[in-house]
Amino acid sequence: MKRIVAKEEFCIGCGLCEVYCTVQHSKSKDVIKAYNRENPRPLGRVRLEVNKPVSFAVQCRHCEDAPCVTACLSGAMKKDESTGLVIHDAEKCMGCWTCIMVCPYGAIKMDASGKVVSKCDFCSGLDVPACVANCPNGALVLIEVKP
Amino acid sequence: MAKYVIIGASAAGISAVEAIREVDPVSTITVVSEEPCPSYSRPMISDLVSGKANFEKMLCRDGQFWEKNNVQALTGQRAVSLNLKEKYVVLDNGARVSFEKLLIATGGKPFVPKIEGADKKGVFTFTKLSDAESLAAEIEKAKSAVVVGGGLIGVSLTEALVKRGLKVTIVELQNKILSLILDATASDMVANVMERAGVTIVTGQSVQRILGKPEDERVVGGVVLTNGNSVQCDMVIIAIGVVPRAELVSGTDVKTNRGILVDRFMRTSVPDVYASGDVAEAYDFISGENRLLPLWPLAQLEGRVAGYNMAGKKAEYPGGTAMSALKYFGIPIISIGLVNPKNAEGYEILTRYEPEKRLYKKIVLKDDVIVGILLLNDIERAGVLFNLMKNSVNVKKFKQALLSENFGLATLPSSLRKRLYLE
Ligand SMILES: Cc1cc2nc3c(=O)[nH]c(=O)nc-3n(C[C@H](O)[C@H](O)[C@H](O)COP(=O)(O)OP(=O)(O)OC[C@H]3O[C@@H](n4cnc5c(N)ncnc54)[C@H](O)[C@@H]3O)c2cc1C
Ligand code: SF4
Ligand code: SF4
Repeated sequence: MKRIVAKEEFCIGCGLCEVYCTVQHSKSKDVIKAYNRENPRPLGRVRLEVNKPVSFAVQCRHCEDAPCVTACLSGAMKKDESTGLVIHDAEKCMGCWTCIMVCPYGAIKMDASGKVVSKCDFCSGLDVPACVANCPNGALVLIEVKP
Repeated sequence: MAKYVIIGASAAGISAVEAIREVDPVSTITVVSEEPCPSYSRPMISDLVSGKANFEKMLCRDGQFWEKNNVQALTGQRAVSLNLKEKYVVLDNGARVSFEKLLIATGGKPFVPKIEGADKKGVFTFTKLSDAESLAAEIEKAKSAVVVGGGLIGVSLTEALVKRGLKVTIVELQNKILSLILDATASDMVANVMERAGVTIVTGQSVQRILGKPEDERVVGGVVLTNGNSVQCDMVIIAIGVVPRAELVSGTDVKTNRGILVDRFMRTSVPDVYASGDVAEAYDFISGENRLLPLWPLAQLEGRVAGYNMAGKKAEYPGGTAMSALKYFGIPIISIGLVNPKNAEGYEILTRYEPEKRLYKKIVLKDDVIVGILLLNDIERAGVLFNLMKNSVNVKKFKQALLSENFGLATLPSSLRKRLYLE
């Protein structure tokens, strides 16, 4: 199983991870359309945290023993046993914000509708998540972890 | 004879099933559940009333949960007594179910004070699916409702009733709504928004009497408050709160206070008998004492801890504390721990209040350790703060930054960040 790790010593704070994440989760998958035309505006699921000179990207760590899954009021937040990923089912989500309360990384956002949450889905369908693939300085890397 | 018997199939009960199956894939599990339906998200019954959710959305586990986990589910059946010496449970149909390990996960029942006229048609409680269904069936005919209780359940139901077009009066005995989880500033902010949505809020009062309609005495027509004022309405919903359903253990050696007392392994005072969820009084890591905390995330966590221990894998409950997230009336709120200490002495209180943005943040510190977190509207970093609280981190060096807009992991000193976040 793979996990994303942020290397803060390599992060240059450019914010491209947020841009590529947003585009990847847009309808059009096109940067201009995603940022200017889509309504609701697509939401990136990675957050660049900056406290100069420190910066790094934070996205869901797909925790082994995930607090958000244990807390979820509706069963929308689930651990996929085969991939080990923590997957959010927006159809089931009741938008109660309980998972936001317990995520130690602050990695869960309210989605643009304000009715459900949204978080890193490891770019389901891609081999390498968009933020990792497009970080220009190798500050986001994939590591292999034991299942 | 089942190896494991679980009474109650809600948050605590089903979490225990999952934990047992992680450790022990084969032994028999029998679950006794009074509610005949599959397990559902109890907090979502308000969304059922408002029309936002149907039952399918409310299911809190995949269909086939019983089959997948190889559970013998006795649904629609109630446990009526326990024999803990001979280790069996008696059901309402007279059947006996023997156990090696028992989990009591019977949750809570609505607290209903004695009110004259409470037997009239149109009076409801509000804690389970069937309550929501009967309420929803009456809503079409009703124009107005009185909700008794301005806590979390009352406020969630009030929002649902407003969405269905009812004129709602909420009656709260304390001098403010959501008094257990908010302070005065936050409570006022919420009250304002609710009033703008058309809700009438009456505080410092309770319902003394429920009146009938002039044309039919047996049907709800209004209420009389303690101050003598009366309010007309077509339905009354009693949503004051829940009390533990601990009656099964009365007359046994299981020690209780207000709920069933459990240790950090969810064991009761009787060997092989465990309890979890709303029925139990478990450890609160802020007060350092056992306490009733009727909350879904804690019921799930406690159920899991119980399940592991029942199946022989030692697991210690880290403790919970009051922790609520609210979505109602468009104001996201998170309230954790001690947000409104009665006696402010010994506490340091940090606040940020920007009414024009409807923003309010408050952190309560004791000896530079976070013991309370209250956030209105800007809630997304709550979990980072909660993590500092759970780990009793001394925040002296960066406390000014805790309420800032861009507070996050990058705000933490790098040594602390490494300790908390990098294994
Ligand atoms: C409207 C509403 C909104 C809520 N909102 C929130 C929220 O936002 N956040 C939050 O954290 N919590 C919320 N809660 C509280 C949360 O639902 C409870 O903490 C949680 O359901 C407790 O789970 P439990 O498994 O302990 O018990 P319960 O959910 O109460 O379930 C116990 C089950 O056991 C069954 N049972 C009881 N006795 C017997 C018996 N003798 N034999 C067989 N079966 C029996 C009952 O029928 C029931 O199905 C809300 C509750 C309500 C009602
Ligand atoms: S959302 Fe947060 S708590 Fe949940 S798995 Fe991701 S990092 Fe862990
Ligand atoms: S907001 Fe959605 S995913 Fe998060 S706890 Fe509530 S129901 Fe679960």
